[in-house]
Amino acid sequence: MSPFQLEIQLVAAVVAVACALPGTFLVLRQMAMMSDAISHAILPGIVIGFFLTGNLSSPILILGGAATGLLTVVLVEWMRKTNRVREDAAIGLVFSALFATGVILIARYAGDVHLDTDAVLLGELAFAPFDRLEIAGYDLGPQSLYSTGSVGLLCAAFIMLFYKELKLATFDSALCATLGFLPGLLHYALMGLISMTAVAAFDAVGSILVVALMVGPPISAYLLTNRLDRMILYSILLAVTAAVSGYWIAYLLDASIAGCMAAIVGVQFGILLCVAPNQGLLAAWQRRKRQRWQFAIKMLVIHLLQHEGTPEAERECRVDHLQEHLAWEKPFAANVVSRAAAQRLLYPVGESLELTVTGRELAREAIVHH
Amino acid sequence: MANAIEVRDLTVAYRESPVLWDIDLDVPSGVLMAVVGPNGAGKTTLIKTILSLIKPAAGQVRIFGQSYRSVASSVGYVPQRGSVDWDFPTSAIDVVLMGLYGRLGWVRRPGRSERAEALAALGQVGIAELAHRQISQLSGGQQQRVFLARALVQDARIYLMDEPLQGVDATTERTIIDILRTLRSLGKTVVVVHHDLQTVSSYFDEVLLLNVRRIASGPVSEVFTEASLRLTYGGRVAIIRDAT
Amino acid sequence: MEHFFNDYTFRTVTLGAATLGAISGALGTFAVLRRQSLLGDAVSHAALPGVGLAFIITGSKAPLILMVGAGLAGWLATVAVLAIIATTRIKYDGALGFVLSVFFGIGLVLLTFIQKFPNASQAGLDSFLFGQAAALVEQDVVTMAVLGGLALVVLVLFWKEFKILSFDPEFANSLVLPVRWLDLGLTTLLVVAIVIGLQTVGVVLMSAMIIAPAAAARQWTDNLGIMVLISMVIGALSGVGGALLSTSTSNLPTGPTIVLCASGVVIVSVIIAPRRGLVWEQIRRTLQARRLRSEAILLDLFELARKHDSLGHPHMEAALKIMHPHASTLRRQLRSLHSKGLISLHSTGAWALTQEGINACEKLLAKRVS
Repeated sequence: MSPFQLEIQLVAAVVAVACALPGTFLVLRQMAMMSDAISHAILPGIVIGFFLTGNLSSPILILGGAATGLLTVVLVEWMRKTNRVREDAAIGLVFSALFATGVILIARYAGDVHLDTDAVLLGELAFAPFDRLEIAGYDLGPQSLYSTGSVGLLCAAFIMLFYKELKLATFDSALCATLGFLPGLLHYALMGLISMTAVAAFDAVGSILVVALMVGPPISAYLLTNRLDRMILYSILLAVTAAVSGYWIAYLLDASIAGCMAAIVGVQFGILLCVAPNQGLLAAWQRRKRQRWQFAIKMLVIHLLQHEGTPEAERECRVDHLQEHLAWEKPFAANVVSRAAAQRLLYPVGESLELTVTGRELAREAIVHH
Repeated sequence: MANAIEVRDLTVAYRESPVLWDIDLDVPSGVLMAVVGPNGAGKTTLIKTILSLIKPAAGQVRIFGQSYRSVASSVGYVPQRGSVDWDFPTSAIDVVLMGLYGRLGWVRRPGRSERAEALAALGQVGIAELAHRQISQLSGGQQQRVFLARALVQDARIYLMDEPLQGVDATTERTIIDILRTLRSLGKTVVVVHHDLQTVSSYFDEVLLLNVRRIASGPVSEVFTEASLRLTYGGRVAIIRDAT
Repeated sequence: MEHFFNDYTFRTVTLGAATLGAISGALGTFAVLRRQSLLGDAVSHAALPGVGLAFIITGSKAPLILMVGAGLAGWLATVAVLAIIATTRIKYDGALGFVLSVFFGIGLVLLTFIQKFPNASQAGLDSFLFGQAAALVEQDVVTMAVLGGLALVVLVLFWKEFKILSFDPEFANSLVLPVRWLDLGLTTLLVVAIVIGLQTVGVVLMSAMIIAPAAAARQWTDNLGIMVLISMVIGALSGVGGALLSTSTSNLPTGPTIVLCASGVVIVSVIIAPRRGLVWEQIRRTLQARRLRSEAILLDLFELARKHDSLGHPHMEAALKIMHPHASTLRRQLRSLHSKGLISLHSTGAWALTQEGINACEKLLAKRVS
């Protein structure tokens, strides 16, 4: 592995962490599409910053981008509040208008400088090591490592400092407000961080991969756990894995690095969707299979309990009646009855079924704890 | 006369948790029936299952002895008012016309006679003059009347209504109750999800007390007792009926 | 001007832009009303791998073949979004962001893969990213018009079904209409509308063409049919306007210009549309506030006079000033009340209620009691 390759992977991993951290909160707050909106809307901010500084990795660019990101949030909020346009439409309108402005600015005024729309949308990680930070003649490594690294640290610091408040604002915004934690301010702070991350990362990976890394790993992690701290941890691990393995696959295929990383994010989700311990499709299928019998047994005992001692009991509590009224197939009904009998919940009396004491209790319990 | 609706051993579950357990219910033809129970009792679920909008885990529903699909045109439905977006660009009469879409069949558009029918239905609920008003400019009570008019043009034999009296003004409540009584006098069967325990005995003939399972059902005078209410609401009944 | 219309490129671009604007305007109406504004964004991004794959498989750059590929991929993306929300607890926004970025990433990988084909330049495919209106040929416009025309015919045929599906799907279901199929059909038409515009506007900005005309049209009417027509007109005009502007100005890309035109129409509509416009609401509010203020002054005079022998007892402006310390417009209000004949000015400089004013006060008070 050449030092260049190592540096590329390092930058990729740092970007992955910087995206996954605020992305977790975006997904939980059901605002994942804001990452898409912001990562597109920062374009005019970047372009103007670039005109001012002539440098794509200047901190002013990050501030300019963050300002446009916040402008997006404010505009969406304003449009929503007018009640004339719904929030989802407002998001789509605002970011595309800003992005279109950015594209036009580039086309008109940046024709011959190193800034084109492809670069913003797609990024080129392979070039990251060429743009180096030098202080007093010392080579300190790729510049993007420092810009994404500092934004990543900022995200980490923000989340660690305000973990409790963010958690509260995410799960119970009303309570958060009554406790005086200003969920609105937290919201804007989070959006500001997302904007800064998007600006710092676009140069390396492009805005679409920013969306992939902000949304993909958190939703995959959401399949694995219910706990916020675990979810953040898993998101980071998944994002870094996707970034590094995506790089190597791109290297082997000689394809777009950002594209491969996004594809790996998709593969990760696909695998976890199938095999995740509780939320996964396989687990759900097995659980359903197991619960199907338990559910059927409960249904049977409740049915028997409801009709116990009533005039129609003799008719209702027969095995053949179950097929007819519960719409059960004959073998299924027989199977449920024999399972229930094995658990000593009922016993057959001639053609009809009667509950045991345990069976009656189970039925009552099922009715109360529905 | 035969039962309008027969529900047998009906169990409905969302994912794996049951919402309705083993419900048996007979709704006699030509009655006004209230469905009463606490929040989360499965009242809306029961209505939607009868309309086969929800697939039951077990059991069956028969309407005039047949499946819903084959008698769908004789069933009218009034959903909860909150279930739609009232900012939708359409007028009151347009919403009422939707009640005729089932009868119209594919491709055909509602014509003059359909519009006259819709206007008549709006007149019946007392808001004919609002026919061309955009629906967001109607009050809550007026919106509820539009929904009722939409069910009326269906000219059904059975009406299922989900909380038609929820949050409406006193005038609207009187209008709706009058219409329910008219429907009954025409021999229609009406099942209404209802939340106001105090008015059950004055408005309805029959009542179903529901809390995940059927607690009781039958004529209001027999079934609507303090004991059964206690069973339904788990001792949390604040309203005790006047001794009659 | 005239030479523009004789210019082949210009005519093609304008016709193409008008066609795509009209069709996306019509189908966007339904997307916006059904809260699927951002689905358009996901579909258009997700179309990219379809374009790539169609080219790899057929080796052809014929617009119809690429559109079919784009359409299939976009359609697959909507199915993926629906499947994710149906089988997991992940919400709509998360599923959209995920599908959008992963599909786009795969598209990038395919594009870099195609770049290495010895026989094919990537140029034709690249235009799908940002759109290249100038590259449109007559054949493209014919394809767009035929596909779009078909979509519109289907829309008109099933008009009332799509209308009830959008307003109250559950009621539609109770009428035993095949809601699932209708939903699928309408979504497919949306995919068709998006695919038609990709080549001109590009995947990133296409969603704006779905949202903007519809969001603007909603402000002008309360009737679905008229809304669709206005939306088509706005879409077509934005297309023509954008094409005109970009052709007559150097370095002004067509796609973004069209999008900015459409966005401009949204802003204007939200502000000045009759009845719904923000301007009118502001005016209504101001007038109402003014009326309430002058009513308050009138009632104060009434209250003050009550303490005296006659209700027409005059009071100095200073006394009123004490009761309305913040009313900077007190004098103006008094003059307007005076001009309405509700109060009269005594020679002492004091104000008194006229009989008409007293009547007005009594009416106001009676209204407040009821």
